[in-house]
Amino acid sequence: MNDFIQHTINGLALGSIYALVALGYTMVFGVLQLINFAHGEIFMMGAFSGLYFARYALPAGTQPSIGVTLMVVVAAMIGSAVLGVIIEKFAYRPLRKAPRINILITAIGVSLLLQYGGQLIFGASPQFFPTILPRQNIDLGGDIFLDTNQITIFLLSFVLMVILQYLVFKTQFGRSMRAISHSLETANVIGINVNKVIFITFIIGSALAGAAGVLYGVAYPKIDPLLGLLPGLKAFIAAVLGGIGNITGAVIGAVLLGLSETYVAGYISSTYRDALAFVILILVLLLRPGGILGSKKIEKV
Amino acid sequence: MDTLTVSDLAVNYGNVQALKGVSFKVPKGQIVSLIGANGAGKTTTLKAISGACASKGTVMFHGQPTTGMESYKLVGQGLIHAPEGRGIFPNLTVMENLQLGIVGRHSAKVNFQKNLEDSFKLFPRLQERITQMAGTLSGGEQQMLAIARALIGEPELLLLDEPSLGLAPQVVKLIFDIIVRINKEKQVTVLLVEQNAKQALKISHYAYVLETGKISLEGKGSDLLNNEDVKKIYLGEH
Repeated sequence: MNDFIQHTINGLALGSIYALVALGYTMVFGVLQLINFAHGEIFMMGAFSGLYFARYALPAGTQPSIGVTLMVVVAAMIGSAVLGVIIEKFAYRPLRKAPRINILITAIGVSLLLQYGGQLIFGASPQFFPTILPRQNIDLGGDIFLDTNQITIFLLSFVLMVILQYLVFKTQFGRSMRAISHSLETANVIGINVNKVIFITFIIGSALAGAAGVLYGVAYPKIDPLLGLLPGLKAFIAAVLGGIGNITGAVIGAVLLGLSETYVAGYISSTYRDALAFVILILVLLLRPGGILGSKKIEKV
Repeated sequence: MDTLTVSDLAVNYGNVQALKGVSFKVPKGQIVSLIGANGAGKTTTLKAISGACASKGTVMFHGQPTTGMESYKLVGQGLIHAPEGRGIFPNLTVMENLQLGIVGRHSAKVNFQKNLEDSFKLFPRLQERITQMAGTLSGGEQQMLAIARALIGEPELLLLDEPSLGLAPQVVKLIFDIIVRINKEKQVTVLLVEQNAKQALKISHYAYVLETGKISLEGKGSDLLNNEDVKKIYLGEH
């Protein structure tokens, strides 16, 4: 039982990171009907922006603290958002009216470009993510531990998701974004500045991935330019599981995926951990292609 | 001055010429109709006017050419489109749909609260359904919502695309009564596109008949109603 609680805590922490990344996939899909395969690299950019900010922008001898962590997170969010809008403006916007397959191939191209461009710029060998958070294990009794990283992950993801919820459901931007996800053409005709809304969507989605990058670096402090690949794919799977295009679905899918991965690693074998996500993907596509909260509509890609 | 002047408007979809040089005008304060069969180019005309598809020719709004202007900027100037197929967002609530009525109009001094109340006076049924998802509304209510949303932006020119499409006759009558009312009471200039020629001609000051991308006939609404060709082809009379 205690094992189970411990696995659940760990799974929720992992799921929260996936959720932040999955939200970006699902938001971009909502407005452009595009799987932004470069999103994993935007997440990677967050981890590296955080790393370089912590290494060079903070005065030497800065002690790890919550304040430092928040600053690093904000820097990472900015770094990722900048990369996200550059990709949107130069890679996707010129193809707005092109057949969908062209944009899909472009997305994969951008992803590869950033992975290997990242190796050129950041170096191919892994780097240690600096300790920005004082690490402490809190004993909850009965061999169950909650560490400060996990608390930070929970709190930060929660706050970011509440802000996102507000933006999407209570503001004119959010209404416009959801209108575009129903019909870009109608949204355009009734006066929504479609390009601006898509631009802001990329900023928000990318910034969330940037925050996730730092949380990931804090939890698994060895980062390299290919680090976006697997978490990116998994977050994408989480978004599909929840119903791509559906914001609540992305969070549910991510939490379920994080939990199942941790349970599989804990009770069966960590060897199967990474395979699980893909098994889930295949099952979802076979049994319920719309995902948990998705529409029944079948999307041709 | 005419609110809208269209000259030699032409639109191609690939190799298909959907509009082959159409000219007409909409004087301020009037209801002008474009009638014609399916595929005559009516919706294309409206899309070209609101900047939603590439076109050749000139469109002048308030005497200013709109060439190359994006849709949201035209909406900002008061050229507001209530699109075909009820163009509402089923995944948003009725209220959220209405709130989007001012999305392009932030530069104009549009009084959302007052316009919202006015719309509820015109369409009391919308007020009852304010928190419902728009997709759960009946066809007629969705059309009301599309018109109400357009009115909330205080249009200088209202483009109405087939408001009667797929609606029961009583609802069609209600919608057309409303169009007349907003024209009379609020002095809204209307460009109406309709397949339902009879109803459209009855309420129009002036009308044009569009046939395979060209204007084949024009005249006062009442004159066209009595025109033998129009009667035979569009009104189903013999």
